[in-house]
Amino acid sequence: FVRHKMRAAGFLHGARRARHLCSLCHRRRFTTAVEIAGETQKMTMVAAINDALRVALRTDPAAVVFGEDVAFGGVFRASMNLVEEFGPERVLNMPINEQGLVGFGIGMAAVGGTAIAEVQFADYIFPAMDQICNEAAKFRYRSGNEFDVGGLTIRAPASAVGHGGHYHSQSPEAYFAHTPGLKVVYPRDAYTAKGLLLASIRDKNPVIFFEPKILYRASVGQVPVGDYELPLGKADILTAGKDITCVAWGAQVHVMTKACARAEADGISCEAIDLATIAPWDMHTIRTSVKKTGRLLVTHEAPLTGGFAGEIAATIQDECFDYLEAPIARVTGADTPFPLAFEKLYLPDELKVYDAIVRTANY
Amino acid sequence: EGTMLCRATRGQLQRHTRAFAAAASECTKSKFVGASSEYTSTLQFFYPHVHDLPASMPCFRLIDDEGVLVPGAYLPEIEDDKLIRMQNTMVTVNEFDKVFNDAQRQGRLSFYFTNRGEEACSVGSGAALEDHDWIWPQYRELGATFWRGYTIEEAANQCCHNELDRTKGRQLPMHIGSKDKHLMYVKSNLGQQVPASVGAAYAMKLMKKELCAITYFGEGCASEGDIPSALNIAAVHNCPTIFFCRNNGYAISTHTDDQYKSDGIAPRGVAFGMPSIRVDGNDIFAVYAATKEARRIAIEENRPTMIEAMTYRINAHSTSDDDSKYRRSESPVEGFDSERAYWEMRSPIIRLGSYLERRGLWTSEQEAELRKVQRARSIKALNDAERVAPPHIDHLFTDVYDDIPWLLRQQGDELRAHLRKYSKHYANVPADQYRE
Repeated sequence: FVRHKMRAAGFLHGARRARHLCSLCHRRRFTTAVEIAGETQKMTMVAAINDALRVALRTDPAAVVFGEDVAFGGVFRASMNLVEEFGPERVLNMPINEQGLVGFGIGMAAVGGTAIAEVQFADYIFPAMDQICNEAAKFRYRSGNEFDVGGLTIRAPASAVGHGGHYHSQSPEAYFAHTPGLKVVYPRDAYTAKGLLLASIRDKNPVIFFEPKILYRASVGQVPVGDYELPLGKADILTAGKDITCVAWGAQVHVMTKACARAEADGISCEAIDLATIAPWDMHTIRTSVKKTGRLLVTHEAPLTGGFAGEIAATIQDECFDYLEAPIARVTGADTPFPLAFEKLYLPDELKVYDAIVRTANY
Repeated sequence: EGTMLCRATRGQLQRHTRAFAAAASECTKSKFVGASSEYTSTLQFFYPHVHDLPASMPCFRLIDDEGVLVPGAYLPEIEDDKLIRMQNTMVTVNEFDKVFNDAQRQGRLSFYFTNRGEEACSVGSGAALEDHDWIWPQYRELGATFWRGYTIEEAANQCCHNELDRTKGRQLPMHIGSKDKHLMYVKSNLGQQVPASVGAAYAMKLMKKELCAITYFGEGCASEGDIPSALNIAAVHNCPTIFFCRNNGYAISTHTDDQYKSDGIAPRGVAFGMPSIRVDGNDIFAVYAATKEARRIAIEENRPTMIEAMTYRINAHSTSDDDSKYRRSESPVEGFDSERAYWEMRSPIIRLGSYLERRGLWTSEQEAELRKVQRARSIKALNDAERVAPPHIDHLFTDVYDDIPWLLRQQGDELRAHLRKYSKHYANVPADQYRE
């Protein structure tokens, strides 16, 4: 049991008070201070994910972790020390074949196994789209609920890493949010990563779990060493505010909170929300917030067109039309492949988000 | 020409010509569209790293086209009752097919596809498995499905997508399955079941269940990336999976000449590291024996296997295509009106029927009577199924997830409000299903 004496900056669902550790932010440091029953330990996000996998394998004899290069520990060390504890039958190296390994996971889950698949980069998930969207997503529906693949979880490192270019930087959440039957989850830090991953593994629906890889080592926080879950489908209000609602997920949450801090200095009170689950998304929390603030900004790394901000914007303008004081702002990646040399210009950085907050607040 | 050939080549040519004439006269070579090769009565799986693959993998058969044991054949031990049940099941599939295919032509069903000519592939393999082995079908395996005890009435309900349909009306006809019978659900797209069967097999091994998984796919489906993906993973991870390929010569209109240049599909199993065999898929004994051995290899050796069952698709792909536009007309041998006519004469039902008749276990009268009974049962099942109400409209929104998220609740409310407002235009939806 650890309690930090720090000023509470917001509400983290599942804990009484919390702020946010972001080592990407050099001007102000936030630390996650959580009052949780049980021991916590300082962990990086990737260590927290590793721990979640360990807990899953320990508590569920039907659980298997598999993917390319997972046996030696994984290219990001997310599966370190698992094969040593659980044996090669439960931690499997897969050949380079996403459609095959995801299909394998579907079959395992269909007969009662707990299949925890890794796709090495979210950029490589596309060969498995058919298995994910035509099989996993429809397995329960097409069998009249006789079968399901709730036991399937697919983890994939995603989003910008600073030097990833086209194929090591993508955020493909929108493709999967568009397929009914899937859940899509995007943690923002070490604490949410472990709790959401355990919840995803145990959720009775197939879940795609995108991990913001740039935070694997950069996000450090107090993480319970035991077994805990955070609820899927629940957005986290990180800071309360009254002038504008800002929504993001994954690594972009930290860009957003920095932008909000700038805007706070200008006297704009921002309510910063981590959506956390993209599908099914927590519309009610966003709606309640926008009815209070009258303004909404959504920001994500993925390209603008067809990006999930469009879905949020369309629904909120429908639900909150009479409450809106300004057009809904979307601050996103450009409609281009993810560039290498232009990464910093492509991304919705802190200044772009701040500028949009100011324009929306002053509309 | 003789002067252009060197002496050695001329000798080869003479030997080849003599051998060819001999083969033709003894009919030792199969005539299957997908691969023509020497018959063998030896049940031998080709093991990778052990056996050399011949230029053309031989075709394992135990009875000839007239149901007579071929020289050197040892039939698998099957009780007489089981043999009769196998014939029973093939005939039932055939009668069901005829009724429901006709029903589609009459506009009573939206869609249907038959199993004509391929009944032994699914009945023979289904009969060689244990009841709880996992079956991952493509869609032309009604034989294995009926063998497990799935009924004509259940199939009829699914085809008519009524409220008794287990899938709650969600899929096309014949997209059937059953959890208690370990029959995974058919779906329209091709190949995805194959890697899944590998995962299911792995799970059985991990849980020490002594069960295997079998997956079916056509030779056309074998071109999909899912198949080599699955073969590779199954071999690498020693999964007790039986890969059963029905090579029936056509993928909708695509003849095997346009599907592959390899020696059929069986060598791909060897290439990926699993014992593989090619069998005469219309010889139910060969199919049964090969599948029995494949199962033994799966359970005892924890290895996948590939069985390529050579067969012929006597009907069109489904009711959606007109095979007169593409089916090759030439019979492989003289004396038959067409390719189709040649294969109709040596269908699996005729071959097993002839064998059983010779053994005094079956008569043509019994078959005629069985056909009459199953036809009547199929017609009654269809008539009954048509009269059952469609599923409740709530089931549009159930089973997308384990529960109903707010989005679907909202969309359900909106739909019901719309139906109330425009009820006159939706007269076929029962009003009590969208009452406030």
